[in-house]
Amino acid sequence: MMQFMLLFSRQGKLRLQKWYTAHTDKAKKKITRELITLVLARKPKMCSFLEWKDLKIVYKRYASLYFCCAIEPEDNELLTLEVIHRYVELLDKYFGSVCELDIIFNFEKAYFMLDELLLGGEVQDTSKKNVLKAIAAQDLLQEESEEPKGILEEMGFTSSS
Amino acid sequence: MPAVKGDGMRGLAVFISDIRNCKSKEAEIKRINKELANIRSKFKGDKTLDGYQKKKYVCKLLFIFLLGHDIDFGQMEAVNLLSSNKYTEKQIGYLFISVMVSANNELMKLVIQSIKNDLGSRNPIHVTLALQCVANIGSREMAEGLGTDIPKLLVSGDTIDAVKQSAALTLLRLLRTSPEFIQIGEWSSRVIHLLNDQHMGVVTSAASLIEALVKKNPDEYKGCVSLAVSRLSRIVTSSYTDLQDYTYYFVPAPWLSVKLLRLLQNYPPPEDPAVRTRLTECLETILNKAQEPPKSKKVQHSNAKNAVLFEAINLIIHMDSDPNLLVRACNQLGQFLQHRETNLRYLALESMCLLATSEFSHEAVKKHQETVVTALKTERDVSVRQRAVDLLYAMCDRTNAEEIVGEMLDYLESADYSIREEMVLKVAILAEKYAVDYTWYVDVILNLIRISGDYVSEEVWYRVIQIVINRDDVQGYAAKTVFEALQAPACHENMVKVGGYILGEFGNLIAGDSRSSPIVQFQLLHSKYHLCGPGTRGLLLSTYIKFVNLFPEIKNSIQDVLRTNNNLRNSEVELQQRAVEYLQLSTVASTDVLATVLEEMPPFPERDSSILAKLKKKKPSGVPEGTEPKEHKIPQAHMSNSLDTPAAAPLDNPIPLSVPISPPSSSGSVDLLGLGTPTAPSGGGGDGGIGSLLVDVFGGVTSNGTDSSGNLTPGAEEGYQKFICKNNGVLFENDLLQIGVKTEFRANLGRLGIFYGNKTSFQFTGFQVDTHVSEDLQTKITCQQKPVGTVVDSGAQVQQVINIEIISEFTEAPTLQISFLYSGATQRINLKLPVMLNKFIDAAEMDSTTFFTRWKALNNPNQECQRIFKGSFAMDTEQIKAKLLGGGFSVCENIDPNPDNFVSAGVLHSRSAQIGCLLRLEPNKEAQMYRLTIRTNKDGIANILCDLFDKQF
Repeated sequence: MMQFMLLFSRQGKLRLQKWYTAHTDKAKKKITRELITLVLARKPKMCSFLEWKDLKIVYKRYASLYFCCAIEPEDNELLTLEVIHRYVELLDKYFGSVCELDIIFNFEKAYFMLDELLLGGEVQDTSKKNVLKAIAAQDLLQEESEEPKGILEEMGFTSSS
Repeated sequence: MPAVKGDGMRGLAVFISDIRNCKSKEAEIKRINKELANIRSKFKGDKTLDGYQKKKYVCKLLFIFLLGHDIDFGQMEAVNLLSSNKYTEKQIGYLFISVMVSANNELMKLVIQSIKNDLGSRNPIHVTLALQCVANIGSREMAEGLGTDIPKLLVSGDTIDAVKQSAALTLLRLLRTSPEFIQIGEWSSRVIHLLNDQHMGVVTSAASLIEALVKKNPDEYKGCVSLAVSRLSRIVTSSYTDLQDYTYYFVPAPWLSVKLLRLLQNYPPPEDPAVRTRLTECLETILNKAQEPPKSKKVQHSNAKNAVLFEAINLIIHMDSDPNLLVRACNQLGQFLQHRETNLRYLALESMCLLATSEFSHEAVKKHQETVVTALKTERDVSVRQRAVDLLYAMCDRTNAEEIVGEMLDYLESADYSIREEMVLKVAILAEKYAVDYTWYVDVILNLIRISGDYVSEEVWYRVIQIVINRDDVQGYAAKTVFEALQAPACHENMVKVGGYILGEFGNLIAGDSRSSPIVQFQLLHSKYHLCGPGTRGLLLSTYIKFVNLFPEIKNSIQDVLRTNNNLRNSEVELQQRAVEYLQLSTVASTDVLATVLEEMPPFPERDSSILAKLKKKKPSGVPEGTEPKEHKIPQAHMSNSLDTPAAAPLDNPIPLSVPISPPSSSGSVDLLGLGTPTAPSGGGGDGGIGSLLVDVFGGVTSNGTDSSGNLTPGAEEGYQKFICKNNGVLFENDLLQIGVKTEFRANLGRLGIFYGNKTSFQFTGFQVDTHVSEDLQTKITCQQKPVGTVVDSGAQVQQVINIEIISEFTEAPTLQISFLYSGATQRINLKLPVMLNKFIDAAEMDSTTFFTRWKALNNPNQECQRIFKGSFAMDTEQIKAKLLGGGFSVCENIDPNPDNFVSAGVLHSRSAQIGCLLRLEPNKEAQMYRLTIRTNKDGIANILCDLFDKQF
């Protein structure tokens, strides 16, 4: 079972965190800091797997972003790399050539998509089509149920905030 | 600003842009604080906030939180969103709850209600959303509330596939957190048959659920074996076009294949011959495919294909029954050892470790020794080198031990610091296990100390001494070798320890040579004395007294040393005591007495090496020994049975006076070094440094304060009392230990952080803490303690967390029973855990009218308790206020007509009830007396509270 997934930039900024077991906020911060340092210190061509406490860390870099997963000893490392890849593919398909900014500005979408691929730390549905269909269905519901806000109203908000 | 997808929340995008444009951390914080203030005021003041706005603000809070800032509000608004009929608002609400609301939040009841509603929704997208939230939080409360709904959803024929797959994994999550609430019972067969489902997503999810169920109850789910095998068979024989979107880079359903292969690793090889044949065919097909040319050059293809291959190899190793498959697996891994992908080399080394433990493939693995040694020396990544070390260790046997140990020693000189200690342990174990010639063993260990002295743990040097003592054929060689080693200008302290011990026992064997005459030996050792720490010095002093017996001719030189101020008046009490007593012993005792007292150490009883235990402890998952059934096949360091020395001797030996050179145990000499039990508290000072030296030799057993009866240690009650009106402080302190406590209470829950500080300059070992809750008390509170390490280093502090939940009112306190070894004696301290009823009171504010209305309403005699008592402290208004506040109550001003009187209110939380508590405290300054009146709306509580408070003022 995957224990958590972290996305962070080359500068060490955390972009997304998904925890599949309970931790306090403090513990999460500590773990995050530790792993970011650990992974960023590694050189290219090094092994994508490392032992960390009782867990295995599997990480991969895509452009400016690192995807880093912690899995249990009996989990399959290579396939975890491909979970990461499938997630990147999904993001890419959805955003159309995804970049770090997409994930920053649409972080909620990135979470929704992850929940379709992985649930409770286990792979749920690996079909790209099915996941994208599920997300499309969500988007459709949004459009049905919601009139877009008038630009003025938004401006009113932005000037007051 | 990139395009915002879906329901663009422009305000959010603008805010994110702002944050990104901040030039400095300060600017960012300023911008965030501004936003937080804005959101707070919107949430507080603006009653007309519509769903969209709520969603937007909640989303902003989430963003701020994800930037790493603390957010302490907005939960209520997020919960409101859950019941919105707009999907997108609901979705954001759930996201916020999943990411930010902790499982024990008081709003969880509302959340669970919303989830229940959504689970019943006719819209599957809403159902899925609710399931995802449960899977993300997976709290006990959710398991309790939803434990029956979700299994139904999973097996119902009406559930659509997308929901079914989420339900399977949600159930899995709840099963992991709170299995007691999940009843699958009657549905188990239907759950198993999900493996036959048409929809691959459902099968993929169900496979994980079934594996967890299998782990809990293998027999009940046995039926899954044949289903899993046939499903696997269909996948591996399908062409990559058959499974359409479930084919990943030309590999058919890799995720499902891996899950099925893992599921099968929970059972022995199938008994049914047909199933077994089919499984063997599957595994062969997978191995065959590995030899086929790749269908794609993409790394995704090779990863997915090899992921399945490695899992298949895991299953082959697990079944450990088909030599053909095992050898094929080994050859396949052998190819990977030289693959250009680092990842594959790493995994091949790891898998091969397991293969090395199988009798069928052990020889096949050994063929790759040279490649593995090369990997150890040339891999650029330390984690890969580490794997190579593991594999060398696993493949070592009598035929290649000298070579492998040699290579490892060689590498150790330049090895990464991170893996040195473990390598040292491994070399020590291999050298002992496979030693044919014990002089080789002694050489290896002394080399270890020379090369990596800092990484040689006590277990390792204890062990070499143990072996030398037990084998008289190696004693002379050992004495000679340590003597030579000690001549190096800079030698490691561990070398001095081993040298000191061995020369003290067997120095006579080399004393005939004038180059190592008694005085030379003594001077050589003593030249190191001043460079060593107190532990080693203590050991050397014992060596010296042993020399007095071995070499009477140098007695005077030794007495001179003992007599120096540096020793006789040493500030380390152990050294001083040793010097005084040894000097006295050497002066008053006759030669006969000396010879008896300082007799050679008797042999140690045979036992398994403690080094192995140390290695296991260090690396529980990485040590191949961990795989239980194969234990007999891997290096097990134990003393060879061919030892000539009778093993039982020490037990019967009449040698109570024999002065052990190293830390003795209270039983005399049997467990001299505590070798057999490095972690057990009864081992007798193996780790205790010199703390325990001599204590029992001259003074008898001085195990002090051994009070296991549960009586409280003096000071316990006072410490407890102090905490009634405060939450942090020192609970207990004596010369050895300081115990500090930080407490935090919320509603009916409490968390105690307990800090144990070692005030001495020696380590505490066998450190153990138990919270004891009497049977009666167990019905009233639950107390859950987190584990605490067994060792507290000198000057160090360890922390322990204890969680408390109150079920109903209680008077008695749980006891905290601490025990540890110090100075060879077990110390016990029994304290009262500072948890008392008033800790669960939350202060309440009220005005005069409310207070007196309620006060008057509580007029039943059982609801009130009144005490009049003499003040124990000066009557200082501020202090009294602080105590009331610290005791959990409010201090309500302007309520009592007499301004000197204090009026307080609070709500006491227990699991089932909330009890209102009102308090009046009336000081009489002239008489220095107080009158305390407490009224509560539940009988008996007032009494308990008065008991707690009447000594506090």
